Amino acid sequence: MSLALDFPVNISDAHPIRRKATGKAILVPLLAGMLFALSLPALAALEIESWTTENGARVLYLESRVLPIVDVSIEFPAGSGRDQPGMSGLASMTLAMMRKGTRSLDENQISEQLAGIGARLSSTFNPDRSGFALRTLSDADIRTQALEVLREIIVSPSFPEEILERDKVRNIAFIEESQTRPNVIVAQTFQQQLYGSHPYGSIGSGNPETITALTRDDLLDFHRRFFVSDEAVVVIVGDVSRDEAQWIARDLTNGLPKASSTLSDIPEVPELAESIEVVIPHSASQAHIRLGMPGVRRGDPDYFALWLAAQILGGGGMTSMLNDELREKRGLTYSAYSYFSPYLRRGPFVISLQTRKDQAWEALDVALATLEKLVDEGPTEAQLQAAKRYVIGGFALNIDSNAELASYLAMIGFYQLPLDYIDRFPEEIDKVTMQQIRDALGRRLAPSRTVTVVVGPAAKP
Amino acid sequence: MPLFHSSVLTPARSDRKQVQSCRRWRAIGVILLMTLPLVFLAPAGHAADASVHSKILENGLEVFVKVDNRAPVAVSMVWYRAGGMDETSGTTGVAHVLEHMMFQGTVETAPGEFARTIAEVGGRSNAFTAADYTGYFQELHKSNLELALRLEADRMVNLNLDDQEFAKELRVVMEERRQRVDDDPRAMVFERLSAAMYVAHPYRQPVVGWMSDLENMQLSDAREWYDSWYAPNNAILVVAGDVNPQAVFSLAEKYFGPIKARPLPLRKPQTEPEQTGIRRVTVKAPARLPSMTMAYHAPRLADVHGDWEPYALSILAGVLDGYAAARLERELVRNARVANSVSSDYDGLRRGPGVFYVSFTPANGKTVEDVELAWREQLALLIDEGVSDEELRRVKSQVVASQVYSQDSVYGQASRIGRMRSLGLPYDAATSITQRLREVTAEQVQAVAQKFLVDDKLTVSVLEPQNLMQEANADHLNKAQSE
Repeated sequence: MSLALDFPVNISDAHPIRRKATGKAILVPLLAGMLFALSLPALAALEIESWTTENGARVLYLESRVLPIVDVSIEFPAGSGRDQPGMSGLASMTLAMMRKGTRSLDENQISEQLAGIGARLSSTFNPDRSGFALRTLSDADIRTQALEVLREIIVSPSFPEEILERDKVRNIAFIEESQTRPNVIVAQTFQQQLYGSHPYGSIGSGNPETITALTRDDLLDFHRRFFVSDEAVVVIVGDVSRDEAQWIARDLTNGLPKASSTLSDIPEVPELAESIEVVIPHSASQAHIRLGMPGVRRGDPDYFALWLAAQILGGGGMTSMLNDELREKRGLTYSAYSYFSPYLRRGPFVISLQTRKDQAWEALDVALATLEKLVDEGPTEAQLQAAKRYVIGGFALNIDSNAELASYLAMIGFYQLPLDYIDRFPEEIDKVTMQQIRDALGRRLAPSRTVTVVVGPAAKP
Repeated sequence: MPLFHSSVLTPARSDRKQVQSCRRWRAIGVILLMTLPLVFLAPAGHAADASVHSKILENGLEVFVKVDNRAPVAVSMVWYRAGGMDETSGTTGVAHVLEHMMFQGTVETAPGEFARTIAEVGGRSNAFTAADYTGYFQELHKSNLELALRLEADRMVNLNLDDQEFAKELRVVMEERRQRVDDDPRAMVFERLSAAMYVAHPYRQPVVGWMSDLENMQLSDAREWYDSWYAPNNAILVVAGDVNPQAVFSLAEKYFGPIKARPLPLRKPQTEPEQTGIRRVTVKAPARLPSMTMAYHAPRLADVHGDWEPYALSILAGVLDGYAAARLERELVRNARVANSVSSDYDGLRRGPGVFYVSFTPANGKTVEDVELAWREQLALLIDEGVSDEELRRVKSQVVASQVYSQDSVYGQASRIGRMRSLGLPYDAATSITQRLREVTAEQVQAVAQKFLVDDKLTVSVLEPQNLMQEANADHLNKAQSE
């Protein structure tokens, strides 16, 4: 039936992974009795437990007994940043094919068994991480059945040749279709220009040539290398005891091999050598504009300062500088925003907007001027305090469901952040000073070297 | 599926994602997958939910409070029983434009101050407009609930409709239309499909409005809309979260109580005349792959306890596309390989007539004609042989589980109550609906397929791809990727 019920959830702008920040590098013991400049809403501390299984998998567990639900996720360092050169799409295709057949279940049986008990299995995928998230009723029988399907998918996927060939053809069609869309063209071009030959430049879904070339052996090999027990992060949130969680984690990872050698690090992201501007004509009525540069990594010492800066520049709440300048003052756009995507290495800093094609250059100038103003002058004290109040005052909204908590835990586990990371997040934001923001902006976001992609108009006049 | 992108509009963007769902390959089905159970999300238990408290103020405002103590948060929503279907020809889109104007200041507050004030306490605010209703919400720390209620009550009656703000906001809305519809071939198809399948009913009008109507909209149109529909006796207030019901009732009384009830415009049924034969519509748009959506007129859910057909239709949509190996995916995508993606959805939770959709993207080398033929074969099979007990069991298992999962979202719980009341159903309809869905039989599913999935109720829409500059663009991307 109608999705109107579900749709507004999306607009609350609350994808929990986006909001996360890491304070690894700047975690200083909190002084007892420290006073906050703002009234910090009191949140009960989350009692996250963590341990390592015998074969090396890291486990994070949070008990929550109110609802008869359990969320279990398992992730591996097998995102698109692990695509080999010239093989973009390898990581995502491996993940997708894992649920298309196992040693004892075919693709229909996998779907039917999960559907039959009302369990939901989704995939998570980004440049660093790849895995599955299972939501099931906590009833022991049901839970056990659901977890058994997940275990099969992780431990013994069969990568059936025939289905791989079928899905390659399907995927190529979807990729070709998506590459007609201006929003996809702008995002993929921006990513390629920003990262070049760095692994983060790999387009996760692949392109027609690389998908065509993928073989079953490629997928088997990728699975063998990266889906290993000592790199796995298991998260369990919900209506199970610590003992049960321990058993679940052990059982889920038991059949996985250990890594044969230490995984190589993803290299540092190089600075842009020069500014790059790409203009791609398109028949759409709007221009799609994306502007940015390499941003921050998880654990970056400037993280909190820059995160607040991005909030002030183009964050949520319909109150950002970009929203003010482009939408409220000039009516140039329906949506203009900026954000950081922190990864193991520096993820992108992005400013994104759409506007009628003939207004593209005006809007781009306004966006650039807005960024320059923030970098040159820093935010006002009022802007900084407002941003802090927005982030801190609403922090509870980010963790008011098991689903969001599970997603946070997966991030904390994967990036090896402190277990009290969530509890301390508002404090870390509160501690950021004006000087830190100005300093970080000047060093990190100076718009002298940027990547700009404009899809729509023929050329700059 | 874009079906609902164009029917629910919001003033803020909604397209940020970081960890992508790998379901993106189900280009069409991605949103529809599992929608059947999601709709019927219900509070725990089969009896009326004891954690929901309700009260009707003297001015007619309905107030509902749903207690959920898991986190110190509160969600406040006000729903108005007015949306795109209440608009008249020439002023389509006015419900949505007014929704944008609701953020542009009142007698007491400056333009933008509403969102700014909520953001300053860490709250999120937004709104949505659909064919059937318009809704506004704030999510915040529970200590700030009063602020949200005060501001929401203020703009129910004190809106300041300013010429300059209006002109600017119209430009924003036109950008929104370009972004959501004009440049999205599938949304375009859905818009033209709706315009073709309804002759008399206002569901034929796009919620975002025709571009020409937006270009010619007057401030007086927005004023008239506001004066007509924004009244406490046409609204529902829902608060969910870690709150005390009596305290919420007091606040509601304090801020909304003084607002006077007003006579509402007469609502005419504008009944859609019986369709007399199959209709077909073609949309040419820049795209690479063709696609096809078939829409059948179907009943709406009007009487939760008396009706049975809507429940059977809902289960039918689940049998066709309720899980990854459901019929359409299994037969047309996995086995016959005539389609690259499929989806099916029944929308019966509406103020106006219901609709049953099936959509397809043909596989490589296949045409929309091939896909239509394959669908007709599946339909014949369904009508002749019905559905299996196993299929029924799987769909119902998901209904039951979804009922439990739905309690994980505070927003979702508030939204369900507001939506049911907006549609004229009991506030706890979701609970009854779940129960009724579990009672659907295989014979009932077969019967509704036979009765409603017939050509005389069908409108077929086809997206006919027009390659413009896309070839060059794709080449550009793939070249850059291989560099």
